[in-house]
Amino acid sequence: MTAVPELAVRCAGVEKHFGDGDARVQVLRGVDFTVKPGQLSFLVGPSGCGKTTLISVIAGLLDTTAGSVELFGQNTERLSAENRVLFRRRNLGFVFQQYNLLPSLTAAENAAVPLLAAGLKRRDALDRSRALLVRLGLEKRMDAYPSKLSGGQQQRVALARALVHEPRLIVCDEPTAALDHATGEAVMELLASSAVQPDRAVIVVTHDNRVFHFADTIAHMDDGRITHTSDRPPNSSFSAAHS
Amino acid sequence: MNFVALRMLTADRAKYLGLIFAIAFSTFLLQNQTSIFAGIMARTGSQIADVVDADVWVMDPATKYFEETKALKDTDLLRVRGVPGVDYAVRLFKGQPVARTPAGNFSAAIVLGIDDATLVGAPRKMLLGTWERLREPNSIVIDQAGYLLLFPGEPLQLDRTVEMNDHLVRIVGITDASAPFASFPIIHARYTEAVNFLGRERSQMAYVLARPVAGVTPEELTRRIQDATGLKARTTSEFRWDCVQYYLEHTGIPVNFGITIGIALVIGLVVSGQTFYLFTIENLKQFGALKAIGVTNHRLVGMILLQALTAGFVGYALGTGLAATFFEVFSLKIATRGIVLLWQSAVGVAVLMFLVVIAASLLSIRKVLVLEPATVFRG
Repeated sequence: MTAVPELAVRCAGVEKHFGDGDARVQVLRGVDFTVKPGQLSFLVGPSGCGKTTLISVIAGLLDTTAGSVELFGQNTERLSAENRVLFRRRNLGFVFQQYNLLPSLTAAENAAVPLLAAGLKRRDALDRSRALLVRLGLEKRMDAYPSKLSGGQQQRVALARALVHEPRLIVCDEPTAALDHATGEAVMELLASSAVQPDRAVIVVTHDNRVFHFADTIAHMDDGRITHTSDRPPNSSFSAAHS
Repeated sequence: MNFVALRMLTADRAKYLGLIFAIAFSTFLLQNQTSIFAGIMARTGSQIADVVDADVWVMDPATKYFEETKALKDTDLLRVRGVPGVDYAVRLFKGQPVARTPAGNFSAAIVLGIDDATLVGAPRKMLLGTWERLREPNSIVIDQAGYLLLFPGEPLQLDRTVEMNDHLVRIVGITDASAPFASFPIIHARYTEAVNFLGRERSQMAYVLARPVAGVTPEELTRRIQDATGLKARTTSEFRWDCVQYYLEHTGIPVNFGITIGIALVIGLVVSGQTFYLFTIENLKQFGALKAIGVTNHRLVGMILLQALTAGFVGYALGTGLAATFFEVFSLKIATRGIVLLWQSAVGVAVLMFLVVIAASLLSIRKVLVLEPATVFRG
C-alpha cells in the first residue's frame, strides 16, 4: 500500500507575473498555500485577486515566475513538458465553471475522455464512465448530448469526467457559479461525497458564499496573496456530517 | 481519441458539409479541367496515333506539327527507303478540301491519302464496311463523327456520295477514327485519288511513313534517316509530343485552362483552409479542455490531422465521383468522345488535395499548439 504524503499541495513563495516592462502585471505575490489529503479546500477572494492563476499554477497549466509547487511530494516544475502533461493526466481532475463538455459527445463519452486520453479502450472507458454517472444520478441521461442537459446535469457530467480516472487532486473553478442555489448545493454535495477521499484532495475556487459550509479549510486571497486561512468554518454542515 | 476527433469534425453539419463541398468542388474542377486539357492536347496528334502500321514519320525539316505540312519531293520516298534499317516506307498525303453532300451540307475535311498498294496509314477500327473496298475507284472511308456532321441525324449508311473538288466519291467504310483537334471529318482515300481532291500542286506528298526492320528501334531509324536524307524524322510518340508542344506554345489553350485550374486550386486552398481554420478556432475551448485534461500536443496534432485527412478524403472521393460521372456522361457524345478522366489526373489531384488539407491544418495545428490550457479557467 502506498503511503499517503503529508501534503497534497504545497505552494511556497509562488509568484507569477504576466508581460514585461510597463505591461508587467504581478498576479501572485509570494503565495504560501497547502492542502492536506482528504481535505476539501476553498480558495476565495474578490475578482482579480489571483485565484484562477493560482489553481492554474497548481495544476501545471501555467509556470511560476518564482517559488515552488509540489503535488503529493512531486515538484511539478522539474518535470519535462511531456511528463508534466502525463502527471496531470494521471493525478488531476478538473471541473470548470462553464463545464467545457465536448458538444459532439454524449454524457457518457464526455465523462470517459480522461480514460480515452490515457489510452483505455473505448468500450472499457465507457463502461467505467457509465458506472460513475449512475452513481451521480445520471443513469437516464447517459446518452444525451450536452445541449440536451440542464446546467446541473452538465456539471455532474463534468464532475464525472473529473473523477473517472481516480485522480489524487481535483481542481474546481467556480463549479456553482452558473447554477441556481439548489442545483449548486446538489453539485457541491456530490463533489464533497464523491471526490473527497483520504488520499485525495479537492480545491474549489468560488465566490459563492452559500456553499462555504462544505469546506474543510478556506484560504482567503487578496491582491495576489493568501491573507488568512480558516479551518472548518462555523455551520459547516459537510464537516459536521463527516466529523 | 480518434472517434472524439471525428465527432468534433462532424458535429456541426453545416460547417462539415461546407468543408466537404469546398474540397469536392475543387477536386472536381481540377480533375475535370486537367483531363479535358490533356484530352484536347492528345487530340492534336490523334491522327498520328491512329496509324498503327508505321513507327516513324518523315517530313520536311521545317514541319512543326501535323496540321501544317510542306510537301516532300517524290524522290524523298526513295531516299528514305534506301536508308539501312528501313523495313518499308510508304507515302502519306494530307490535305484539307471541302466535302459537300448532295443535300448541300458541307464542311472542311482532313483527307489522308494512304499508300495504294498496302493501305498503310489507315485506322483499323471499322464501324461499317471494309478497308479493302478502298481499292474501288472514287471511294473513301469517313469517320463516324464526320459522317454525322455531313449527314446530321441520319443513320450510318454505306455508298452515299460526297463531292470534293468536282470529284464525286462514294463512302465505302465508316471508321471510329480518333477525334481530331478541330471537329473536321477525317477522310481516308487511296493516295492517287486523294491528291485529286485538292487543286493539283507539283508535289503533294506530306509524309513518308516508315517501319524499321527487326532489331532497329524507331529512335535509331529516325537518326539514320535524318543523317542520310537531311529530312526530319520522328517516332510516332515524338511527333505527337511535337504537336502538343506546338499547341502549348502557339495557342491560348494552356492559359485558359491554367486560369481555371488556378482558380480551382485557390478555391480548394482558401475555402477549405479557411473553413477548417475557423472550425479549429471555434473548437479552441474544447482543445484547451483536452489539453488541461492531459491530452498531449502530439495527440492533438494527430486529431487535427485525422480531421483534415478525413475531410480531404471524403471531399476528394465525392469530387472524383462527380468527375467520373461527368466524363462517363460526356463520353457518350460524339463531340467529346475520347476525353476521359485520366488516372494521372486523379492521382495528381489526390496528391494536391492532400497537400491542401495538410497546409490548411498547419495553421490550425499551430493555433492549438500555442494554446495555453489555462484559458479553460477563463469563463
